[in-house]
Amino acid sequence: MHPLVQRPHTLVSVGEALGEVVFKPHPRGWWLGFLAGFALLQMLMVAIAWLFYAGVGIWGINVPVAWGFAIVNFVWWIGIGHAGTLISAILLLLHQKWRTSINRFSEAMTIFAVMCAGMFPLLHMGRPWFFYWLYPFPNVANVYPQFRSPLTWDVFAVTTYFTVSLVFWYIGLIPDLASLRDSAPKKIQRIIYGILALGWRGSAIHWRRYEKVYLLLAGLSTPLVLSVHTVVSFDFSVSIVPLWHATIFPPFFVAGAIFSGFAMVVALAIPVRRWYHLEDFITDHHLDLCGKVMLATGMLVCYGYFSEVWMAWYGHSLYEWGTTIERLFGPYGWSYWCLIFCNLVVPQILWSRQARRSDFWLMVVSIFVLIGMWFERYVIVITLSREYIPAAWGRYAPTIWDYATMFGSLGLFLTLFFLFVRYLPMISMAEMREMLPKSQGGGGAHSIMENAP
Amino acid sequence: MNASEPAAAVASGPGVKLYGLLAEFATSEQMVAAVQAARDKGYQLMDCYSPYPVGEAADALGFPKSEMGTVMFLGGLTGAVSGFLMQYWANAYGYSLNIGSRPYFSWPSFVPVTFEMMVLTAALTGLFGLIALCGLPCYYHPLFNCPKFDRATRDRFFLCIEARDPRFDPVGTREFLQSLQPLSVEEVPE
Repeated sequence: MHPLVQRPHTLVSVGEALGEVVFKPHPRGWWLGFLAGFALLQMLMVAIAWLFYAGVGIWGINVPVAWGFAIVNFVWWIGIGHAGTLISAILLLLHQKWRTSINRFSEAMTIFAVMCAGMFPLLHMGRPWFFYWLYPFPNVANVYPQFRSPLTWDVFAVTTYFTVSLVFWYIGLIPDLASLRDSAPKKIQRIIYGILALGWRGSAIHWRRYEKVYLLLAGLSTPLVLSVHTVVSFDFSVSIVPLWHATIFPPFFVAGAIFSGFAMVVALAIPVRRWYHLEDFITDHHLDLCGKVMLATGMLVCYGYFSEVWMAWYGHSLYEWGTTIERLFGPYGWSYWCLIFCNLVVPQILWSRQARRSDFWLMVVSIFVLIGMWFERYVIVITLSREYIPAAWGRYAPTIWDYATMFGSLGLFLTLFFLFVRYLPMISMAEMREMLPKSQGGGGAHSIMENAP
Repeated sequence: MNASEPAAAVASGPGVKLYGLLAEFATSEQMVAAVQAARDKGYQLMDCYSPYPVGEAADALGFPKSEMGTVMFLGGLTGAVSGFLMQYWANAYGYSLNIGSRPYFSWPSFVPVTFEMMVLTAALTGLFGLIALCGLPCYYHPLFNCPKFDRATRDRFFLCIEARDPRFDPVGTREFLQSLQPLSVEEVPE
């Protein structure tokens, strides 16, 4: 049994290590991450301003590839978000106590990733200022959304997902905000954290309600996260495009989402724990477990790749098999082999325990997985370039504005993430305190919902 | 009352209203034992404060089960029903579209949005229900007058017996709390 918290921490030292970092000067690494993100964010601003002025024609989208980078990035980002919910909700229900070290910043990652994801369909609409037409509201034209379309389901799924993730994150933060309020050295900090903490005072009655809500939210988020990526996969699989119209899509998408999300968690956790000296809380054992999850979900995703080709061959459909050959060896075949290399070949490193416990190798695999999962969505979207009749075939090439928006969204994500790390405790203090053994003043390795009848 | 004045000095004077007596403990076990002892003594109006949830304390206070499950269930049910009816109305009456000659009331395609609406409303009722039932936001509370109470969110466990309790007596209750070996007993001014 590996200790989930290294060294004999106490209730006070947990607060100092996790909470009071927000009152201390920035470590140098923070500036590195924040400024890199902020610079990319400026690029996003320019790209969006030009898009609003000139319209979506500045992107490389065309017919037949009408969605292009916008949907690739949308699915990539929303998939990344799913690991946060998996960690905070599903692992909580499964009593996986190691999640406590990474759940707070994974939830933050979810929220910021969903913000980046949600931006792309809105920008792709052409007239984003009419985004509210996506929702049913009483209007003089008496026009309502078409609720038989997966695209409408997606609007509701992503809106709900964002709101519920935010609620879950905020409820988790309330006790920590109260703790910061009570230990802040400056008056302005006491006021701001105090307002956000709503006057939480840790009453036993309040805690009992709190735990019940936390448990129920975990129970609600578990089917929610599966439903969101299922609905995202319906955007594709409800159509009749060869290789899209497949029943494997929902589980395949969910596994891919968790695969890429864990890669992002690891890619953020490794530098942040070094800059903030959190090795006592995010131990090598935690990263080892993340590596195992990546390996398992990676193999599920690869089974999906195998199944797609197998079904196309076994199904004896001219178009399924023809599209498969185009996917593997057509003009965009290189992207398919990129994805196989990044998602199937590279993650095999994780079979080695030594690699799972090495910052360097985990980081390398995570970055390859993030790239590979981006290519997976690219490969799916680019299928549109060659499907049924050759007369309707076309080519797709992204423009510089596609790239500016894509890397710019990374800037938005990094900026928000580093602001979060700076101003809020990135590991839950209340949950960590409860995780400590009784001899160190803790709740004896209880997790937050176990007192909730 | 000025919150920055030392509580004990102010509260001991005549004519000052007391909110209660606050006992400070070093461990959660001591706090739980104290609540049980206070309950055996017949005290009713009291509460515990701790940096992390201590379920035994809530049990000993006579709050074995939270009402949040019912609240969130009703919230989710409302959302699911209204979400389903909203789709039915919008696609069958408000703006009826013929999609592949399917019936206007093609309920299987309304399932995903019904589910999402259920989750959304259940979560929002959970948040607002929790805040409302706990009486939050509560930016002024008598307990915040006690400087030591800051540690309730860090490393101390408190039991507060409120002055409204029929058995409360400033001297007797203080003696009782002292007998439980707390780190300190303080008067909480209203």
